[in-house]
Amino acid sequence: MRKDSPLGTVTVALVLCLVCSIAVATASVVLRPRQEKNAELFMHKQILAVAGLLEEDKPIDALFQQVESRVVNLDTGEYAPDIDPATYDQRKAAKDPASSRSIPKGGDIAKIRRRANYAPVYRVRRDGESDLVILPVHGYGLWSTMYGFLALAGDGRTIKGITFYEQAETAGLGSEIENPRWQAQWKDKLALDEQGQVRFELVKGGVRAGGPDARFQVDGLSGATLTADGVTNMIRYWLGEQGFGPYLARLSKEREQT
Amino acid sequence: MEAYLSLFIRSVFIENLALSFFLGMCTFLAVSKKIETALGLGAAVIAVQTITVPVNHLIVEFLLKEGALAWAGLPEVDLSFLGLITYIGVIAALVQILEMVLDRHFPALYNALGIFLPLITVNCAILGGSLFMVERGYTFGESVVYGLGSGAGWALALVGLAGIREKLKYSDVPAGLQGLGITFITTGLMAMAFLSFGGIQL
Amino acid sequence: MTPETKQILFEPLVDNNPVILQILGVCSALAVTAKVAPAITMSIALTVVLACSSLLVSLIRHVVPTNIRIIVQMTIIASLVILVDEFLAAFAYDLSKQLSVFVGLIITNCIVLGRAEAFAMKNPPLPSFLDGVGQGLGYSLLLITVAGIREFIGSGTLLGYEVLRTVKNGGWYEPNGLLLIAPGAFFLIGLIIWAVRSWKPAQVEKPEYQIQVVHRTEVL
Repeated sequence: MRKDSPLGTVTVALVLCLVCSIAVATASVVLRPRQEKNAELFMHKQILAVAGLLEEDKPIDALFQQVESRVVNLDTGEYAPDIDPATYDQRKAAKDPASSRSIPKGGDIAKIRRRANYAPVYRVRRDGESDLVILPVHGYGLWSTMYGFLALAGDGRTIKGITFYEQAETAGLGSEIENPRWQAQWKDKLALDEQGQVRFELVKGGVRAGGPDARFQVDGLSGATLTADGVTNMIRYWLGEQGFGPYLARLSKEREQT
Repeated sequence: MEAYLSLFIRSVFIENLALSFFLGMCTFLAVSKKIETALGLGAAVIAVQTITVPVNHLIVEFLLKEGALAWAGLPEVDLSFLGLITYIGVIAALVQILEMVLDRHFPALYNALGIFLPLITVNCAILGGSLFMVERGYTFGESVVYGLGSGAGWALALVGLAGIREKLKYSDVPAGLQGLGITFITTGLMAMAFLSFGGIQL
Repeated sequence: MTPETKQILFEPLVDNNPVILQILGVCSALAVTAKVAPAITMSIALTVVLACSSLLVSLIRHVVPTNIRIIVQMTIIASLVILVDEFLAAFAYDLSKQLSVFVGLIITNCIVLGRAEAFAMKNPPLPSFLDGVGQGLGYSLLLITVAGIREFIGSGTLLGYEVLRTVKNGGWYEPNGLLLIAPGAFFLIGLIIWAVRSWKPAQVEKPEYQIQVVHRTEVL
């Protein structure tokens, strides 16, 4: 059969498709467990980092034993015992109408359009300093959605750490949100005031050290106002009524009782 | 409606595939010598992009993504790893079909475009458009608007550059910068101009 | 090494560089070069795909029907790219996250298809493989050079290690943000082209329009 004949063409096409599909499908199936493990390790590393628990020479799995993973119903603030935190994918759930809802325009200050009904939370329980609550947060900056983790102290008000693990903001400007020196400012700032209102913000031009609200403020990013606004709105959304507000309120009530 | 309009404006100016994401640069730099050819290629790119992005969306929605094959009784199947090959296949097929349609019904246009029609298959902007559509999870309507907008943005940048290059013909460019060098610098300046669109909230 | 092999492997470094002479593979040369690490990963990924795809295309060049040859080439290239992508996600997860969309764009990287069509379809497997390696080396050289300059001047670091202490980190260096964004990359490559063409005048393009010099004879 000549190669340029219709039969030749179809044969070559079919054989090629078969060979390529087998190669690609095999690789995908064989490598998938490794890839999923990598993804999980990556997230655990982020959580450990924001909690300040990361240690150079210890394996991530061992360190993550200290962290308690739970899934929270965002509307009620209650734990959801029947959802497995190890497999729950908040990003995927947010796209599925059955497990999420769309946010009305006025209330969508973080510009994420949809919010899953449940979210994972991570607790490191110890007494005093080390009792931490780690919350996954995300919000839109200038070019991209920024994904990160916020660590709060046991009182639900004091920030103990912030980290961003996925963002595509302007290199050198907005992407400075990943700079550890800038992130260090967040430590021991207050996110909520005594009445439980979210007051945290990034201040353009820098925080006035002695000012009355300095305890709620962190320096903005020079040349990256919109990214900084995105971060402020992200924190305000996720610590507010629509986000982890109900959960944090329940936690503080629990604390008062103990 | 407002959302579609804002998506369109965003994809033409703020997220211009050529000047903000550097996609389709090879053809962008090579075809921008004359305005006429730039217009022809631009029109072809708009046509291909407007069709391929929604078509790829449908394929992902009903064939490839996790759980997509539920209508065929196979809800656990996840074929998303076949994404890249499928989008390219769709683009190549569509360009071939477009070529045949133009040859049959619009021969004047077909001859005017000449070699540039098959060149669209390898234009990273076309594949990039589909990849961004998947990454951002656009709906069908948004895919159509995004296809139209991103194609139009790329074409706009191309024709703009062609216009500038036609004027540059009469300038005294240093020998080492002649042609490709000065084109890169010009494109850089255009990209800086487009940066001013960044952060416009629509 | 035979002279032909030498030519295939080393000519694309400067004399026939895919990016700055053949105008191929430009998209990724601009997009992943803000820092050196992703540039290196991209270079390796591209060289691997380019060499293997040229080899495979060359092996089947006698049985591929003419009218579907472009699609056949692209199917082989696309499959190779998916394999590279899967391997990166399995063995170098952090790097694969950085490259995300762009690994997929190797498929339409004009170098891969361009060499498959221009060289691999007409030459035996071994020279095709070497051609893939050579063009990949040329591409890598340009990418790493551009990334090195962009990261050094734009962030004061190289491969993530601090070389110039920036003001934000308590030092003295105010990084040149222009080089980290799109236009900076364009300008830089334009300047590199100027430098290379001053060194190798054979690459200079003839101007389309010769400016006429008019001699003034009257005294003003």
